Amino acid sequence: MTSNADSFQDALQAVVVARIPGVSAVHSLRHLSAGASMETWSFDAESTTGTIPLILRRRPPGNAQPEDFAGLGTEASVIQAAVAAGVKAPIVRYVLQPDDRLGGGFLMERIEGETIARKILRDPAFQAIHHVLLKQIAETAAHIHAVPLDRLPPLKMQSVAQTLDEWRQEYRSQGQSRPVFELTLRYLRDHEPKTPFTPRLVHGDYRMGNLIVGPEGLRAVLDWELCHIGDPMHDLAWLCLHPWRFGKIDSPAGGLGSREALYSAYENASGERLDRTRLRYWEIFGSLRWGLMCSGMVDWFRSGRDRSVERAMIARRASESELDLLRILEE
Amino acid sequence: MQDHPTPAEILESVATFLRDVVPSKLPPREAFDARVAANAVELVRRQLALNAETTQQDDAERQRLRSLLGSHGSLEELNQQLCARIAAGQLGLDDRELMEHLWTTTLAKVAVDQPTYASYQRTLAGRAGKE
Repeated sequence: MTSNADSFQDALQAVVVARIPGVSAVHSLRHLSAGASMETWSFDAESTTGTIPLILRRRPPGNAQPEDFAGLGTEASVIQAAVAAGVKAPIVRYVLQPDDRLGGGFLMERIEGETIARKILRDPAFQAIHHVLLKQIAETAAHIHAVPLDRLPPLKMQSVAQTLDEWRQEYRSQGQSRPVFELTLRYLRDHEPKTPFTPRLVHGDYRMGNLIVGPEGLRAVLDWELCHIGDPMHDLAWLCLHPWRFGKIDSPAGGLGSREALYSAYENASGERLDRTRLRYWEIFGSLRWGLMCSGMVDWFRSGRDRSVERAMIARRASESELDLLRILEE
Repeated sequence: MQDHPTPAEILESVATFLRDVVPSKLPPREAFDARVAANAVELVRRQLALNAETTQQDDAERQRLRSLLGSHGSLEELNQQLCARIAAGQLGLDDRELMEHLWTTTLAKVAVDQPTYASYQRTLAGRAGKE
């Protein structure tokens, strides 16, 4: 360990001891993921009532929050509201304050289990429960979409047309010419569903990789930073995108099963009938959204905001989205 | 003329090192980064291997764009013009020549970026079946 890492552990320990009653020390600190703007750490806190397994999600001091992100304090409040409404998500233990000097972020309980999609999709122990898992994923989506809006902090809410305008401006400002993205922007503008819908809490990144799974099924939904208020079909469609099937392309619903299995389990849980045309629209919308997230990484990489190899490689995944968009637009 | 091994051969050995040797020596997070780095080296190797072909592909793309747009310019200028026409609704999904152009261009990119991507493999199989 470098002295830098030691001093971070000391700073974290000081905060945890001061803020969580009964805690005397922290140990087993591990860096789970590193991004330019977001870090996830795992550690254990020793307390008078035993060991508390914890996760710290934080934006290190000096890092601006990306525009689309809800902000970590907001994310923590949303998770708390979701848990209170019966959604499976980690319990938030503490939201960092400025005088903690650890940046923005929060502490939550660590839930053991598997998040790596390839393992969940390929290990025989998990394969045996794929149909159960898909049903639980559908039901949990319905629960998220039923969280009362008056229990939530202020969240981003905008029309599809506004979002498309924003995307167009941002993508053009990057100086890239992408005819497939232009074609999709035009399609989405011309085909926006006209049927009314009730705005709901939308998770915003509901997919394999953000779900903790055990041998018995779904344990928790993670990564709420893209949550907003909008059309709940966004979440169901996002789950079905090609990149989250991890090679299982004939099982559109997260590589686990069919779209109809997902939709009918959701309909049973929510008591609402889903409009298939609307879902297809949101898949096209989602596929473009992922493509723009990837192509936008060119700027992150070039500007020096994040020079990691991983960032460069995500930028080169934009062509996958173009391929998927051509496939779905020609269906 | 440079001595051997070739750039492609050297990159291949770097990728093998990063994938097969390095990860087991590192903590999980850094081991993951090493595998991503191996994939990045492989991507560059594929792009270099196609270099001669890439020039031909760019020429062919420029030809298709001239035909579609009826105008001249650099590849970048022609692509900007194409984007503007699509955004204005002058060219769209119902234009066979446009769609064939977009397919050809996109498949050439994915061949370098992610040739194992499942929906790319499926597309290739589908197109081979049609011929």
